Amino acid sequence: MTDGIEMFPLIQRLDEEGNLTGELGVLSAESLKETYTTMRFLRTFDERAWNLQRQGVIGTYAPFKGQEAAQMGAVAALNDSDWLVPTYRDWAASYLRGVPMEHGLFFSKGHPSLGDIPVGKQVLPAQVVIAAQTLHGVGVAWATKLRHENVATVVTFGDGATSQGDFHEAMNFASVLEVPLIFFCENNQWAISVPLAHQMHAETIAQRSVAYGIEGFRVDGNDYVAVANLMHDLTERVRNGEGPFLVEAVTYRLGAHTTADDPGKYRGTEEEDTWGRRDPLLRLEKWLRAQGLLTDEELVTLDAESEQKVEEILAIFREALSMSPLVLFDNVYATMPTNLASQRAQFEARVKEVGA
Amino acid sequence: MAKLTIAQALNQALELALAEDPSVVVLGEDVGKDGGVFRITDGLFDKFGPDRVIDTPLAESGIVGTSVGLAMAGMKPVAEIQFFGFIYETMDQIASQAARVRFRSLGRYSAPMVIRAPFGGGVKAPEIHSDSLEALFTHTPGIKVVTPSNPYDAKGLLLSAIDDPDPVLFLEPMRLYRAFRDEVPEEPYRVPLGKASVVREGTDVTLIGWGPSMALVLAAADELVAQYDISPEVIDLRTLTPLDEETIVTSVQKTQRAVVVHEAVRTSGFGGEIASIIQEKAFLYLEAPVLRVTGYDTPYPMTMFEDLWLPDTSQVVTAALSSVRF
Ligand SMILES: Cc1ncc(C[n+]2csc(CCOP(=O)(O)OP(=O)(O)O)c2C)c(N)n1
Repeated sequence: MTDGIEMFPLIQRLDEEGNLTGELGVLSAESLKETYTTMRFLRTFDERAWNLQRQGVIGTYAPFKGQEAAQMGAVAALNDSDWLVPTYRDWAASYLRGVPMEHGLFFSKGHPSLGDIPVGKQVLPAQVVIAAQTLHGVGVAWATKLRHENVATVVTFGDGATSQGDFHEAMNFASVLEVPLIFFCENNQWAISVPLAHQMHAETIAQRSVAYGIEGFRVDGNDYVAVANLMHDLTERVRNGEGPFLVEAVTYRLGAHTTADDPGKYRGTEEEDTWGRRDPLLRLEKWLRAQGLLTDEELVTLDAESEQKVEEILAIFREALSMSPLVLFDNVYATMPTNLASQRAQFEARVKEVGA
Repeated sequence: MAKLTIAQALNQALELALAEDPSVVVLGEDVGKDGGVFRITDGLFDKFGPDRVIDTPLAESGIVGTSVGLAMAGMKPVAEIQFFGFIYETMDQIASQAARVRFRSLGRYSAPMVIRAPFGGGVKAPEIHSDSLEALFTHTPGIKVVTPSNPYDAKGLLLSAIDDPDPVLFLEPMRLYRAFRDEVPEEPYRVPLGKASVVREGTDVTLIGWGPSMALVLAAADELVAQYDISPEVIDLRTLTPLDEETIVTSVQKTQRAVVVHEAVRTSGFGGEIASIIQEKAFLYLEAPVLRVTGYDTPYPMTMFEDLWLPDTSQVVTAALSSVRF
């Protein structure tokens, strides 16, 4: 049997205690402070979204708490012409690529604007069908290659997704076509209630790259410094035509799968505590404090600013709730067929009758 | 007799089937320790262990495809697809494989398996989770399509589905899982497949539905009686394939009017099939065109608007009235 852990040693630069075990590389102390500020805001948002579901303001929400470093690192090296192809949990990554944060709330509310990506931002709408987007990622990267665009594409997915046929077809296509794509797996250890060890018999996801004849990497997904540097390196290599690559970011979903899930049914608190100590925020915070770049007072200010930003997002969200339900008919086809137009008219009458 | 929800009745049926027949296995995503995302398999993992109640890797085509192999080799797999919308992932394995095993092998092999899936909308689930896709399978020869609407039928139909020598798609109305309770006998019993149930006898108009739609059909019937002095006959199809044409035709010959109700989008929905059977077999009895109350021809809407989009009781009442007053 292949020893995947030996073949793909965990790449790490900032350890659990917040000590640098490698170089800052392309990052600087200032940029890390900024990253931390954003991370803290994202954590605030995520926790608030959880509460909003509990208050009935939004529907089912899939928290990304614990995966901030992986998601932020995944897109750290992308520029405006690069593409991100995300899932339902990737609000941190999408936000960094220019998708407004309220889209995370739209998604959970089932608001039609959930997929309305701002023009100019090369991000696909969040995918809910497990692994379907891995093939789209290949297609997007293929298109950029056919047009000689010198652009990188990152497709993100969970560990469970690597069990789907789509993922394997995507890996095979990507490698045969040599497309400029990075497969970025957020291995958060769990697919709802199924642990990785029950999802596959291989030791690592990274080693799956071997079968497809591409390079694979295993990186500490809670270490932003390691993920961001790796992605800088790989993005450049992808642009030089050396891709595709597979990255396994080893991380952990600190919370439930979604607001409809109870992790107490299937996993132990000991495991949760262990990973709690590996929280990507704690690690960065420790390092920044040790550098004298972060103080308690600053944290108080940061939190106040984060709260303020979340309030602004909520205001936009609330405003958007007045959208007309007739939008349901508007984007089924480019031109509305006549029978659909008559159904639309019936629906409009109904909306008038019962009120939207 | 205990009063159970549909969810509990299904759980009991699975437990009985696992206890009765060692070749029965339950498999799917999160069906083990977690007891399924809707808790239909709750407790079964503890009782029967990981070889009988199996958490599979996350791969629907894999779940159904291996079930076809298990079934051909003498096991009785009961596979869960977490939400019916994810059935698309399995289309090849169901439509081109499971449904054809008997035909392709001239009866040498068969695929006696059950695919269970939560079905229908109204619970504000994310995109793809709530689609009503039954017509994809009524359009597929070789597979049976069953959908209960109450706890008693749920248990009896599921046990019949597991007994059945052919593959059965068993659709469980998600929003009715815990909506109400019914008396359900503790012992095993079977409700036969292919037999519709006349839930309420009447003389003025036949209301036909299945699965999740039965909730609004029954409410509409109550309203028609109470408010409009109209006597509706209500049919719960229970099995779409094979279809109990006789019960439908007999009823429409009596009432001379019919309204079919489903959540699925209108075009090429199963309602069209029923309307066509009625017109073929009861044409001369009809006093009004057969009407359909259905979803609109759009993708299942984002949850914010699903209550507006889904057929409701008032639409069934309106259709029944316009049929009676035609
Ligand atoms: C095709 C498909 N099957 C089932 C589901 C239901 N489901 C949603 S998330 C999930 C687990 C996904 O696990 P993983 O890929 O590890 O990603 P994570 O949620 O952990 O980020 C499942 C089974 C789905 N959305 N799509």
